[in-house]
Amino acid sequence: MSILIDKNTKVIVQGLGKTGEFHTDKAIAYGTQMVGAVHPTRAGTTQTFTGETDHSGVPGRPDIYEVEIPIHATVRDSVEATGATASVVYVPPPFAADAIMEAAEAGVELIICITEGIPVADMVKAKRYLADKPSRLVGPNCPGVITPAECKIGIMPGYIHQKGKIGVVSRSGTLTYEAVHQLTRLGLGQTTAVGIGGDPVNGTNFVDVLRLFNEDPETEGVIMIGEIGGTAEEEAAEFVQREMTKPVAGFIAGTTAPPGKRMGHAGAIISGGRGTAAAKIDAMNAAGIVVAPTPTDMGQAMVQALG
Amino acid sequence: MKIHEYQAKQLMAQKGISVPLGRVATTVNEAVSAVGALVSESGNPVVVVKSQIHAGGRGKGRFKDHPELGGVNVVTDGISGGVEAAEAKVRELAEGMLGSTLVTIQTGEEGKKVNTLYIEQGIDIADELYLSVLLDRAQSRLIVMASTEGGMEIEKVAEETPELILRETIDPAIGLAGFQAARLALGLGLSKDATKNFRRFVSALTEAAVEWDSDLIEINPLVVTVDGAVMALDGKMAFDDNALFRHPDIAAMRDASEEDPAELEAKASGLSYITLDGTIGCLVNGAGLAMATMDTIKHVGGEPANFLDVGGGANAEQVAKAFRIITSDPNVKGIFVNIFGGIMLCDVIATGIVEAVKEVGLEVPLVVRLEGTNVELGRQIIQESDVNVITAEDMKDGAQKIVELAS
Repeated sequence: MSILIDKNTKVIVQGLGKTGEFHTDKAIAYGTQMVGAVHPTRAGTTQTFTGETDHSGVPGRPDIYEVEIPIHATVRDSVEATGATASVVYVPPPFAADAIMEAAEAGVELIICITEGIPVADMVKAKRYLADKPSRLVGPNCPGVITPAECKIGIMPGYIHQKGKIGVVSRSGTLTYEAVHQLTRLGLGQTTAVGIGGDPVNGTNFVDVLRLFNEDPETEGVIMIGEIGGTAEEEAAEFVQREMTKPVAGFIAGTTAPPGKRMGHAGAIISGGRGTAAAKIDAMNAAGIVVAPTPTDMGQAMVQALG
Repeated sequence: MKIHEYQAKQLMAQKGISVPLGRVATTVNEAVSAVGALVSESGNPVVVVKSQIHAGGRGKGRFKDHPELGGVNVVTDGISGGVEAAEAKVRELAEGMLGSTLVTIQTGEEGKKVNTLYIEQGIDIADELYLSVLLDRAQSRLIVMASTEGGMEIEKVAEETPELILRETIDPAIGLAGFQAARLALGLGLSKDATKNFRRFVSALTEAAVEWDSDLIEINPLVVTVDGAVMALDGKMAFDDNALFRHPDIAAMRDASEEDPAELEAKASGLSYITLDGTIGCLVNGAGLAMATMDTIKHVGGEPANFLDVGGGANAEQVAKAFRIITSDPNVKGIFVNIFGGIMLCDVIATGIVEAVKEVGLEVPLVVRLEGTNVELGRQIIQESDVNVITAEDMKDGAQKIVELAS
C-alpha cells in the first residue's frame, strides 16, 4: 500500500516543453504509466520516448523501453482517450493556474503541479475553483509525489528511494531528498514521499497528507519537513496530537532566517513576527513529534520516534 | 517588491482612492517650491515633509548627522508667518534630510540614506484608523484588516488587544461584498458621512489590491478628517514578484538603491541570495536545503554569511557566479558548498567550483559536500583538480569542518 499513487496510476502530462519532456522521459524510465500529453498545437500527433530502463523503479522490466504517447489539445480529450486519473503540470508560471483548473474541470482526481513562480492571485482563484470539485491538487512549486518501485510523478531522482515503511511529507524538495536518502540508508525505506511545495498558497497541506499516512496500513511512521512562514506546521502538530496514531519525526528549516526576507521559496518568510521556526518547533515538540536538530539527524529522529 | 509611500499614493490616486495632495522632491529647491502650490491648492497653511525610504517607523526615526530631526516633520510656521515662513522652514529641513542617513526601528543601526522627500498638505485629523489588505495563507484568500487603533504597530495591537482588529475575507469570485464594507464601518464606529466615504475607500482599495497583484497594502494611519473625509495618510505597498510580468508600470517603480547590490547581482544571474552578517559563506541547491545549511552552521557554533540557492537547474557558469558573489563578501572566512544533486548534477557543480576557484582564486578554506546524481564523477573532478578542497561526509560533518577551519 501507499498513498495517492501506485503502480496502477495512469498519468498525463500538461506542458510538454523542455522540462516536461525531460521529466516525462525519466518517469517512463522509472516505470510510471505515462499515457498521454496535452499540447495545444501538437494535438493529433504522438511522441515516442526511448532509453535505458531505470531499474531502481518498477521491477521486472526489460533493459530498454520504448513508449509512444498520444498528444491531445485539451485535458478532457486526453483523459477520455487514456483513462488517466492523474496529471502532472509543467506549464510555465503565467498559464499554470489555468492548467490546474482545466485538469479539475476534466475530472482528474490528482493534479500535481511542479511549476515554480505562479502568481499568488492566480492560485487564490484556482483554489476557489477547486473548492467544490473532487480533484486533489499537490503543489505548486514542489518536486511531486513518488511511491518507490511503483510510480514517480515529478522531478525527484528516483534511485535514492527504496520501497519501505515511512511516509515523507515536505515543503522543500532537496530536504525531501535528504530525508529519503537517510531512510534508504537506514533500511527503513518509504511508502510514499509527497512534496507539498514552497508557495504561500498550495493545494494539499500537511494535515491532508498526515491523515492519508495515518490510514495507510503500510506506513509505520512519518517524517514531516517544514520551514518558516505561515502556520501549516502548527496546524499539523495539532492534528498529530489529536488524531495521529503513528510516530512522527520532523525538521523545520529557517531557524537562522532573518525576519521580512523571503528565503528562496515564495512562502518562506517571517512576517509580523509570525511563521518563525521556533514557534513551529515548539508546537511540534508539544505534540510529541521528535524534531531533528539538523537535517542530517532526520533519519535518526525517525528511528527514535519509532522506539 | 516594495515601493515608496509617494509611489503608493500615486497609484491610489489613479484609482480614485483618496490621498492628501503632495509633491515629490529630490532637491532642496524642489521641496521649497512645492510649498506654495500645496498651500494654495489645499487652503491649509500646514505642510508635512516626509522621508521616502523602504522602512517603517520613520516618524520616530532620527537622522544620524542631525539627531534633532525626525524622519517626518510637520511644518506649522505657515500658520502665523505665511507661505514664506513655511518655505524657509522646509528649506532648512530639506537641507538636513536629503542625502542624510535615517535610522528607524526597521532599518537597523546602519540606517538608510534619504534620496527623496515627499511634501504633503496638512490634514485636520479627527480620527486615526488602521486598514490593510493582505494574504491570509491559512484561508488562501486576501483579507481586509481594520482597527480603531490607527498609528500603532498592528502586531502590538494584535498581541495586546486582538479584539480591536476586525477582519473580512475577500471571495476571489465576488470581491469585498457591500455588507462586509458596511460591517467594517460599523465596527470602526464611524459617523454617517465617514461611513459612506470609508465604504467607497475600502471597496476601491480591495479592487486595486487584486488588480495590482499586491501582497500587502497597509494604510496606517487611515484618517477621518474633521469634515468626515477618509484619506490615506500613509501608504505601504508590496507586490508579488511572480506577477510583475503583467504590471510593467509597477515594475518600473523599483528603486534599486533600496536593495542590496549583491542580491540584485545574484537575481540577475537567476540565483537566490540574501546577505547575512556571519562569516561562513554557503552555496547550496534548493531553498529548503539552503536554509537548513545555515541552521546547521549555527547549530555547530558558526554564523552563516549568506543564504544562497543556486536552484534546481543551475549550470557551471551560474555556480561560478555564485562563488564570485560569496568570495567578494569581505566577512567570509570560509565557504561551505552543500549539494544534494537531484536534477542538478554533481559533476556540473564540481566543474563550476573548479572553474570559479581558478578564476577568482581561493583565500579561505573550502569544504564541499556532494551527494546525489553523478556524485562519483563530481568527487573525481574535484580530486583531479589542483583546487584545495576539504570533502565532507554529510551536511553536519561539513558544517563542523568549515566552522573549525574558519575560526
